[in-house]
Amino acid sequence: MTAKVEVRGLVKSYEGKAVLRDVDLDVETHEVVCLIGSSGSGKSTLLKCINLLVPIEDGDILVDGVSITDPMVNPNTIRQKMGIVFQAFNLFPHMTVRQNITLSPTRVHGIPKREADLRARDLLDRFGLADKIDEYPDRLSGGQQQRVAIMRALATQPDLMLFDEVTSALDPELVAEVLNVIRGLKEEGMTMIIATHEMGFARDVADKVCFLDDGVFLETGTPAEIFGNPSLPRTQQFLQRIVDAGRL
Amino acid sequence: MSTPPDDIRGPSLWTSIRRPRRHREEGARGAIIAAISTVIVVGLILWWVLSSEAWPEVQQQFFNPDDFIASWPDVLGGFWLNIQMFAVAEVLILAVALVLAMIRALRGPAFFPLRALVIGFIDLIRGIPIILLILLLGFGVPALQLAGVPNNPLFWGVTALVISYSAYTAEVYRAGIDSVHESQRMAGRSLGLTQVQSLRYVTVPQAIRNVIPALLNGFVSLQKDVALVFVLGVREAVREAQIYNARTFNYTAYVAAAVLFLVASVPVARFADWYTERDRRRRQSVGTV
Repeated sequence: MTAKVEVRGLVKSYEGKAVLRDVDLDVETHEVVCLIGSSGSGKSTLLKCINLLVPIEDGDILVDGVSITDPMVNPNTIRQKMGIVFQAFNLFPHMTVRQNITLSPTRVHGIPKREADLRARDLLDRFGLADKIDEYPDRLSGGQQQRVAIMRALATQPDLMLFDEVTSALDPELVAEVLNVIRGLKEEGMTMIIATHEMGFARDVADKVCFLDDGVFLETGTPAEIFGNPSLPRTQQFLQRIVDAGRL
Repeated sequence: MSTPPDDIRGPSLWTSIRRPRRHREEGARGAIIAAISTVIVVGLILWWVLSSEAWPEVQQQFFNPDDFIASWPDVLGGFWLNIQMFAVAEVLILAVALVLAMIRALRGPAFFPLRALVIGFIDLIRGIPIILLILLLGFGVPALQLAGVPNNPLFWGVTALVISYSAYTAEVYRAGIDSVHESQRMAGRSLGLTQVQSLRYVTVPQAIRNVIPALLNGFVSLQKDVALVFVLGVREAVREAQIYNARTFNYTAYVAAAVLFLVASVPVARFADWYTERDRRRRQSVGTV
């Protein structure tokens, strides 16, 4: 069985400053991988590289065994198979919830408007936002906006989801509603790569946890290994600070 | 989010002659003071001009009621052509400029030739005085006598206006496109939209909303610049006034034309201010999106 995503020797820098240095990652189908590490450690950049939103410098990324960094590959085709959700939601403020969710299905995937509408309605029903279908994003709470952003990504029926610190911009009491959506996706067998600061959630939902520090994976293992018995001093130090902050 | 101090946030001299709303509530006393000082200032200027020894002569030359009435039908007829030219040119400008701005916003080496072409065009056109562009196209192209190409000066005058204004308006659109946060583009692309789709559905609608005041400002400017095609002999309002002047040696027809341009442009200018103010208030009530 081939891995869903394979990252090989990935190198990426911004203006001469190395952000990712020789990163390797394997994600199996149906696997949930959590990326943890302090801000600036390269978690977001790694996700953006996988979504081809930023060009990479060296190394390779394979999805379903196919190199997606080949210049001959059409990035739009690759992105149509995966969804990404951002920290700042990035909903389109000039479109209603319905328009946000149906934009890609109708314009990219050529699904008839009526069917895309039905699909949007189904998603909203499932996540308890059916009454918000004709609202504009600025009328929704942060948690609702982020759930709509997840639905927008799901509407294209991806088989890989990337989450980039999706709860970091939320008020604490709104975090759970978003994390529960992700838990639901795990139960459905969605393959996910999740960059997060929610350690309790990572321990709970991840099949594999990767600790990223200064552009390299220092430690990778099951949640029990990483959170219960980290082997490196740097990992221990990071987790201790999280514990001290009352977040684990 | 911290709130900027009033003097930064309020509409400046450039966007509104009215003072910010909260200050308007200072009430009737302020209105009385404003009225009195206006009367004094305007009165002084009038007294100064009217007390000139040459005033009766100037009045005869520029503000003669008989000449005003006599020239009015021709000037008004010409002005109707100005309005038509404005309407046609404005629609074309908005469309052409948007296409130029979108091409300029495309990224990636594959689009380099297109981008370079657009940037070259904009630089070239913005470097030529609009009156020269009108003269060159209006007299130059018909002189070529090319088959199938119109040689009507009206056509080429309006074309020159469209070309010149498109270059400027493209830059207005570009500022709007740049004002939409990069994360919106990323969200669009991450959903599989192509560059053009992402511009069309995500960036441009937000960009246009951001630059409507600047576009309205361009409207006001174009309303008057359509008069420039008079140099080609097109019989619009200024040309009609010139003809009247040549016949009678009286300049009142020019004043009649000026009145018409004023009547047409002041409402648009006020509307632009009103819209800008309303938009500003609406954004503040919603906060940053």
